[in-house]
Amino acid sequence: MKKGFRAAFSGGGTVRGLYLAFIFLFLYAPVVVLVVFSFNAAKSRSVWGGFTLEWYRKLFTNTEILSSLRVTLIVALLSALVATLIATVTCIGLDGLGKRRRAFVMNLSYVPIVNPDLVTGISLMLLFVFMQFQLGFVTLLLAHIAFNIPYAILSILPKMKQLDRNLYEAALDLGAKPTQAMVRVILPEIMPGVVTALILTFTLSIDDFVISYFTSGAGVSNLAITIYSMARKSVNPQINALSALMFVVVLALLLIVNYRSNRELRKSKEEKGR
Amino acid sequence: MKLRWMAYPYVLWMVVFTIAPLLLVAWFAFTTVQPDGSTVFTLLGFEKILGGDRVPLDLLGLQKIFGITLEVPLYLNVFAKSLQIALLSTLACLAFGYPAAYLLARRAARQRGGSDLLLLLFVIPMWMNALLRTYAWLALLEPNGIVNTVLSAIGLPRGQFLYNDFGIGLGMVYNYLPFMVLPIYSVLVKVDRSVIEAAEDLGADRRRVFTRVTLPLSMPGIMSGINMVFMPAMTTFLIPNLLGGGRYMLIGNVIERQYMIARDWTTASALSIVLLVFVLASMKFLTRYEKGNEGGGVLL
Repeated sequence: MKKGFRAAFSGGGTVRGLYLAFIFLFLYAPVVVLVVFSFNAAKSRSVWGGFTLEWYRKLFTNTEILSSLRVTLIVALLSALVATLIATVTCIGLDGLGKRRRAFVMNLSYVPIVNPDLVTGISLMLLFVFMQFQLGFVTLLLAHIAFNIPYAILSILPKMKQLDRNLYEAALDLGAKPTQAMVRVILPEIMPGVVTALILTFTLSIDDFVISYFTSGAGVSNLAITIYSMARKSVNPQINALSALMFVVVLALLLIVNYRSNRELRKSKEEKGR
Repeated sequence: MKLRWMAYPYVLWMVVFTIAPLLLVAWFAFTTVQPDGSTVFTLLGFEKILGGDRVPLDLLGLQKIFGITLEVPLYLNVFAKSLQIALLSTLACLAFGYPAAYLLARRAARQRGGSDLLLLLFVIPMWMNALLRTYAWLALLEPNGIVNTVLSAIGLPRGQFLYNDFGIGLGMVYNYLPFMVLPIYSVLVKVDRSVIEAAEDLGADRRRVFTRVTLPLSMPGIMSGINMVFMPAMTTFLIPNLLGGGRYMLIGNVIERQYMIARDWTTASALSIVLLVFVLASMKFLTRYEKGNEGGGVLL
């Protein structure tokens, strides 16, 4: 059987290899170029003028970039924390809802996921304008919390489904107060999902451009917005240096998420196997 | 557990931050603020979309190739243009993505688990910010960029790759290719090998096995791939703004400009509503197909 399969496809092996190589070249060329030219001594996007670390040095003294980095990190951290907190509370509550209401809440959660980013960004901007909020840090933060919550819920809910409902009752029977039962029994059980939600929402927040673009006002911008306005103005290798750094950070975070979910998967498989 | 109250604050939150904003888009689309500060009902936004300056329809080479001149309202032309380039990019993603998904899935099937690395390598570039990935193409495609340098080094003529359909399409294919490959991959990798062997045993040649077994089985993946590529391609404003050099108009950046620069919120909101309805309707259409296909999904 294996022989037949291989025989059926032999002869085209090089073509297939070349095709995959071509696809990977296509995928990696821009990334590699971006990173390589962050070390370019000439102020050009595409002409090499020798090696330098100057752009990285400039990056760390560029107050505009540093302040938008601060905004990015604070918004990412706060929105991840708040979204995960709301999502955790919601997931615990969802468990007690009837089938229909539960489906309603879940459908509600899918609305922002399904909506194009453009529409989400615009609609939130209109909301803030309508409520006469000054567009700025607070609106940016609220918008990030808003688009993060559904993703946090989807990260925590599977853990909640695995939870043994009797645990909570048992804790109450054994004399725990409801809050104690919650914090000391339920929370540890769903903790892996909560941590995944935190990392995922943090990453999504760092990565977002479209929604931030519409919901932040003059004077407040995160990295994505700063990069966008820099990129439209002129060639600036600091963007490359910043991209390279951001790429490495996001890569690291997502590898951690990936590793965690794989580990969870393996664990649950092992448990089933027993 | 009687903790259902814990879900209610979230419902309230969603009403305020998801439902109300969407209703507000509709509100702004149908109202206008008069000079005296009062808000009145209007259909002006929609009238502008359907009326306005008439321009020749620039769709699928209708004018240039076939010589047919069809005068349509300006916004309708932008919409048609966006639809065209989104569809072409989706098709290109399918054409390039399907073989890639197929090859990746085949490797995964052959080396049982060992090929996760290749898939991971495939997804990693996607983790870079879309903004930066698009920006990176500027360096490759600009008139004195790397692609042109390479082309002239090997004796080929230089080309104009930026600020035109090609550049925008390429930007879209690059950004959204993984959205096409991943769903197809995940369906193909689950196809039961014995089904393929059965087809072979029953005398089907390679082409028949593919057209009668593998391709039909991968339909759900193709459909969700099309869905996931078409929607962002239709609504992007980043790609035409960065790779279009400020002159290239698609529905996404027309809406963005109407809100942020022209500040004609009535027209902008009307356009957003039309776009949203269109996108959701096409999504509904595609997912209906997916469900209709579930009969064949037993094998997956």
